[in-house]
Amino acid sequence: MSLDVVFDVVASICLIAGALLSVAAGVALVRFPDLLTRMHAAAKPQVLGLLLVLVGCALRLRTGVDITTLVLVGAFSLATAPVAAHMVGRAAYPHEDIRTDLLVTDELAAHLDRAADEREHSAPA
Amino acid sequence: MSSDPSTEPTDRAHPPLSRTARRRNQAIAVTALVAVWVLLWGTLSWANIIGGLVVAVVLLAVFPLPPVTFAGRIHPLPMLRFWLHFLRDLVVASAQVAWLAMRVGHPPRSAIIAARLRVNTDLNLTLTAEALSLLPGSLILEADRRTGTLYVHVLGVTDKAEVERFRRGVLELEARIIEAIGSAEELRRIRENPADREGVPA
Amino acid sequence: MTAVAVIVTVLLAVAGGLTLARIIRGPSILDRAVATDVLLAVIVAAIATEAAYSRDATALPVLVVLAVLGFVGSVSVARFAARRDDTSTSTTSEGSQP
Repeated sequence: MSLDVVFDVVASICLIAGALLSVAAGVALVRFPDLLTRMHAAAKPQVLGLLLVLVGCALRLRTGVDITTLVLVGAFSLATAPVAAHMVGRAAYPHEDIRTDLLVTDELAAHLDRAADEREHSAPA
Repeated sequence: MSSDPSTEPTDRAHPPLSRTARRRNQAIAVTALVAVWVLLWGTLSWANIIGGLVVAVVLLAVFPLPPVTFAGRIHPLPMLRFWLHFLRDLVVASAQVAWLAMRVGHPPRSAIIAARLRVNTDLNLTLTAEALSLLPGSLILEADRRTGTLYVHVLGVTDKAEVERFRRGVLELEARIIEAIGSAEELRRIRENPADREGVPA
Repeated sequence: MTAVAVIVTVLLAVAGGLTLARIIRGPSILDRAVATDVLLAVIVAAIATEAAYSRDATALPVLVVLAVLGFVGSVSVARFAARRDDTSTSTTSEGSQP
């Protein structure tokens, strides 16, 4: 078995695994009960799925220029996805419809109450 | 919180940067931007490097970076260990979330957990938060810079014991990051407060 | 390789359909933003698969643009959603305020 065939097989596995993760994310998006849980689902194709697909693509193309581009795509996505997720999560937390009945504990609520208290006490001064 | 801005510049955890530290940060930023530029073009040539330098200098002049204190140095072996551990966590967490999505039955339960990091620097807070966000199953809702506390939404938690286990997990992640890039002082702080005793916010 | 391409196409089509369902159902704009992000990830996967299948790198720069575009999109939607009720979100947004 030549090296080319090995590369192709590994690339195929990576591509299919990436696509499967995308499907799982789609299912999760439809089935999960609230925004925050759906965001967990979104992280999957954006991180591991993307990495797998990029590795698969790199194994097929095998030229230096293309691999640098793919590395850049991966680096950009990995650097930006958490920032976007944090922005959305912070915009969502106290306002959007979050299923608090499904939370085991909520240690942020106490923190926000404390922060609001501090603001009230410091505001008149 | 930002309610008291007067304490901000003299805050012990976030001291202002010295001149050399600022220079070094700028040098790192320029190198990274030139690297991105060369990667975008795909070929390493003098024209690309000089073009990249011009773009990087203009960018840094127009959008100056916020100050970042980096006291430590890069330790290659712990760095490798961090990445291997991270990749393993990534695969495991992706599989877990996929399983939760496919499972028939009750909707998954989750929790919002506060984890107070032992090393309260902007860099450590950012890197730990980034690593946690990249893993499916944990999501940063809020980061409190003053106390160095991360508020994490965790998917698939069913009881209090798992909450504590996850909090320990966050601190272990922090320890791996500090071991990879931290200074001797930060490392000492991590070793003095093992993960199983710390992290519960006051 | 053709069989792989067919399988991946079907899987990605299913994923895209499910994501579209979430974009249509909402209910909030943030739900749609998250779902759009996933749709973008599916599109990136599709373009990369096409490049891998045909061994043609023409579409790769598109991936770079998409990788940055998704970020800009969801951040601006999140800003917009947070701006509507700025009173309580501003308590926690240290550092991002001028």
